[in-house]
Amino acid sequence: MNTLVFLEHHGDELLKGSLGVLSKAASLSDAEVAGVVIGSGVRALADQAGKFGAAKVYVADDAQLEAPLPQPRVDVVAQLVRDKGIDTVLFGNSVLGADVAAGLAARLDAGVNWDLADLVQQDGKLVGKRPALQDSVYVDVGWKFEPRIALFRSGSFDPTEVGGSADVEDMTVALEDFSTSARMVDQAHEESEGPSIEDAPVIVAGGRGLGGPENFTLVEELAKALGGAVGATRAVVDAGWYPYSTQVGQTGRTVSPKLYIACGISGAIQHKVGMQSSGVIVAINKDSNAPIFEFSDLGVVGDVHEVVPKLTELVKARKAS
Amino acid sequence: MKIAVCVKQVPEGHSRIDPETKRLDRSGEGALNGFDANAVEEALRLKDATGAGEVVLISLGPAKAQDALRKALAMGADRSVLVTDDAAAGSDLVATSYTLAKALEREHADLILFGQQAGDSDGAVLWAAVADRLRLPVVSQAAEVRHADGKLTVKRQTEFGYDVIEAPLPAVVAVSDAINEPRYPSLKGIMGAKSKPQETVSLSDLGVESDRAGEQGSRTEVYALNDPPPRGDSKKIEDDGNGAQAIFDFLAEKRLV
Amino acid sequence: MTKPADFPPPFRAADYIAAPSDPPEERIEVGVLIVGAGPAGLACAIRLGQLLEDAPELRERLGEVPVAVLEKGKQAGSHLLSGAVVNPRALRRLFKGRKRLDEMPFYGPVEHESVYFLTRQNALRIPAPPTMKNEGNYVASLSRLGRWLAEQAEEAGVMLLPETAAEKLLISDGRARGVRTGDRGSGRDGQPLGNFEPGSDLVAKVTVLAEGTQGHLTGVALDRFGLAGENPQIWALGVKEVWKVVRPLDRVIHTMGWPLRPSAKYREFGGSFIYPMGEDMLTVGMVLGLDYRDVELSVHDLLQELKTHPLVRKLLEGGERVEWGAKTIPEGGFLALPKQLHAPGLLICGDGAGLVNVPALKGIHYAIESGALAAEAAFASLQRGQTPATPGALSSYDDALKRSFVWKDLYEVRNMRPAFGRGFVLGGALAGAMTASKGRFPRRDLELERDADVDLIRTDRAKSYPAPDGKLTFDKLSSVFASGNKTRDDQPNHIVIRRDVAEDVAHLWERMCPAQVYEATETGVDVTPSNCVQCGAITAKGGRLTPPEGGSGPEYKLT
Repeated sequence: MNTLVFLEHHGDELLKGSLGVLSKAASLSDAEVAGVVIGSGVRALADQAGKFGAAKVYVADDAQLEAPLPQPRVDVVAQLVRDKGIDTVLFGNSVLGADVAAGLAARLDAGVNWDLADLVQQDGKLVGKRPALQDSVYVDVGWKFEPRIALFRSGSFDPTEVGGSADVEDMTVALEDFSTSARMVDQAHEESEGPSIEDAPVIVAGGRGLGGPENFTLVEELAKALGGAVGATRAVVDAGWYPYSTQVGQTGRTVSPKLYIACGISGAIQHKVGMQSSGVIVAINKDSNAPIFEFSDLGVVGDVHEVVPKLTELVKARKAS
Repeated sequence: MKIAVCVKQVPEGHSRIDPETKRLDRSGEGALNGFDANAVEEALRLKDATGAGEVVLISLGPAKAQDALRKALAMGADRSVLVTDDAAAGSDLVATSYTLAKALEREHADLILFGQQAGDSDGAVLWAAVADRLRLPVVSQAAEVRHADGKLTVKRQTEFGYDVIEAPLPAVVAVSDAINEPRYPSLKGIMGAKSKPQETVSLSDLGVESDRAGEQGSRTEVYALNDPPPRGDSKKIEDDGNGAQAIFDFLAEKRLV
Repeated sequence: MTKPADFPPPFRAADYIAAPSDPPEERIEVGVLIVGAGPAGLACAIRLGQLLEDAPELRERLGEVPVAVLEKGKQAGSHLLSGAVVNPRALRRLFKGRKRLDEMPFYGPVEHESVYFLTRQNALRIPAPPTMKNEGNYVASLSRLGRWLAEQAEEAGVMLLPETAAEKLLISDGRARGVRTGDRGSGRDGQPLGNFEPGSDLVAKVTVLAEGTQGHLTGVALDRFGLAGENPQIWALGVKEVWKVVRPLDRVIHTMGWPLRPSAKYREFGGSFIYPMGEDMLTVGMVLGLDYRDVELSVHDLLQELKTHPLVRKLLEGGERVEWGAKTIPEGGFLALPKQLHAPGLLICGDGAGLVNVPALKGIHYAIESGALAAEAAFASLQRGQTPATPGALSSYDDALKRSFVWKDLYEVRNMRPAFGRGFVLGGALAGAMTASKGRFPRRDLELERDADVDLIRTDRAKSYPAPDGKLTFDKLSSVFASGNKTRDDQPNHIVIRRDVAEDVAHLWERMCPAQVYEATETGVDVTPSNCVQCGAITAKGGRLTPPEGGSGPEYKLT
């Protein structure tokens, strides 16, 4: 396998998602894994890549590549694939990554499988594992030809530092006209208010078991401590305790954060379908028979008014230390 | 301004995968993909703002997909083009983007819109592939689109906040569901939809070679369906004052704190 | 004890009547407007399409849209639910020379049937009552049949308008002029949201109300035109599930007895049905008259209980529930029919009129026949020189109905259902006598009492409802999910009830509603309207259901 991992960065750090995919690629094949870093003034990122398993890092460093726009990156990666005989290109999901992966597929007429949770060697073939139908079924997907492109669900793999350093190779960049016709006028700043519910890596949600709207402060405090967003069930939104924009469920938003903490939520199916593919689900509820305990990874039968504030304190303490 | 909106019909209600073909069972009545409704709405708004123009719907699917198209026509789109051909069944992203690009080439639209995500997650990320084939600039996750003098200013929503991106027309834009609230079709609209031009074309009409479409033209394949990996043991404990600590330890073990 | 009738809903029929108010250029005109894409409405549409084939000049006169059918559900079939075993008689007549029975979407003819009397553990086979013999009948999913009928209607040139609720009846100069459709895009407090779309006046020469059970405008029309009969209508609530099964069922099954209680004091009239749907599916349902007395009764939970009976459990073993639904059935029969089913410019068909034969559990073929007869009457009234709006112009509909098998059948069994108000054993004996005498016994017709007037009692019945296990038995919210209901949450409340009701009534409603819409609170009752599957039970027991925003509610496919 001649594998290339698309390494995305923000500021002067490689994204955790990219590093996770890199770690996975390194574990998958005996052959050496390469990474590509694209931007302006990004050469230093190559060292980070080396620590997480890249034997080689291609660097495309050019002022025209500074803005995180997809199409110039398609040009760069396509060129690499052709020049270096890459047979497998891996991406971690992100707004940028998804667009690059799809654009690349069209450019090379190469098969792309996305929303993958895993990638394995099976019967001599590379097989992707793709959750479907609200994660109720896993589909084994593959590629008929090379090059193969895979886009992984965000957070599928944890980055594992293996130490080591990579050979760095600078690339000469040749961009298509149409690739540079879009331009970034203003790049995103860090959000001041905490992540939105769609992107939040952690969601702390409250339901009727909270007892009243005033108790949502417990949920807010915990969310803040964990750097997450606040969610709500239909019942409490109907009752006017919290705004509709935070409603999680069949008639609200569907979310899949790495961590979902359900406080005083019974877990009716209408709510479940909105959050069941969360990475880890923790539930706190007074009622031992609440359906949520059937699909939570850890359930605590107890009073949210006692458990949640204590948990918040513990999290804050850890953050401080 | 001529705006082409790529729309998709998705099965209504509970989807299931056909165990024989291993693909999504599309036999049920279909509905307009919710996210495409946002794209149609945005097209209509942009057309209303310029006071003139045309909104044409492009879709690839079985003959039944006409129902979803009719809904979008009822909202106010002007006409639709449905690419329907048995040979197109089972097309993956490579094949679908190729076919759609061919259909779009005929239209010479100023702007091509997509909804951000298909409800059945079969069509995700199509816009970037189509844009590449058409050699047009693409902007995705658009939460706001402004048009002035042949140029678009798009607010793109990313993990890090909002970017502002400018692109000259013609361009491809994928809109997020945050961009607008799709209108309900008026009764007049629903009744008038039937008499709007609804064209059907085959692959050969578009000049799509049979080895570029359907399963033949696809570069990916489906092997098998499996049960998802077990979630892992579900633990339930009583809070005897240690509940919070138990949660904290659990999260720490999973490196979530 | 209290009864629901002590808390009449703040519903005024006059609020749902209006004169056309849209300016003429905004008004939408069609030839014949049919409200409801169920078997009655679609049969009417199809028959009109057939008649207009040979009447091009009339067709021309009716304008761009000669026949339009409004449907409040997402599509035809979304709100259709029944057992069902269909008598093909009316379908044969409607499609004579055009479609054969084997082209219609049935699951097959009824080959065997069994009737059981159940006890908790046993099933005693009993001979099928003569009224219930199903030889020559076909098993169908009404939702699926509705979709097929809609296709036939569209092929016949009918315009189908789904996701459109008929909110008000347009009346001027004493005649029906059409309907006003409901607004869409209103918030919880009725305020217009960003995508608010007001309803429109849909004006027609003839308006046919085929709204099904608890027809909203039907109720308004009966009131406005003084058409109500001497007896009030009464209803039963049916709750059913569709299952994928591993072993095919080879017979149509009906049961009586457990889990219902036979004593007259409970007034629990009903039973269950289990019908095969092809090789790999079946449907199981529970039907109970809403004149029951016990506050703790929940038809949803009775169905869950029924499934734990050894007979039923065995049939479902290894299977999987794929759909769930609920709907009321008008049970008053002949005695509850309105005085007449027409008014100036207006015709009423199907379940909305109450054309259901309860002992035979049949209503679909009457709906279809009445729809076809309504079409014929409307067609006649639109000929040159006639005006459908003149009083009596549409009376040929009532005449035709009275000459038809619909009337004959309903008359014969008219006293059976009321007899069961006296309990299972006595009721059974009375019914036997009625059958034997072909309806000549009793000489004086029995009277019907409104469901909401029945005195309530409270027992510990709920103790034996099974706890949902998520495999065989389910809770109400899971069931609502399985109906395909994903109604927008922030809509105005479409259910008209008093909120400050007595505890017993609140509790009655909480148990009664199969979709968990009502919750008893300290001060009365709370409502979660987005759960509503529009079964209509609340209208029978003290409230008034009105249609929510078009497209809301269940999305039935196989019910």
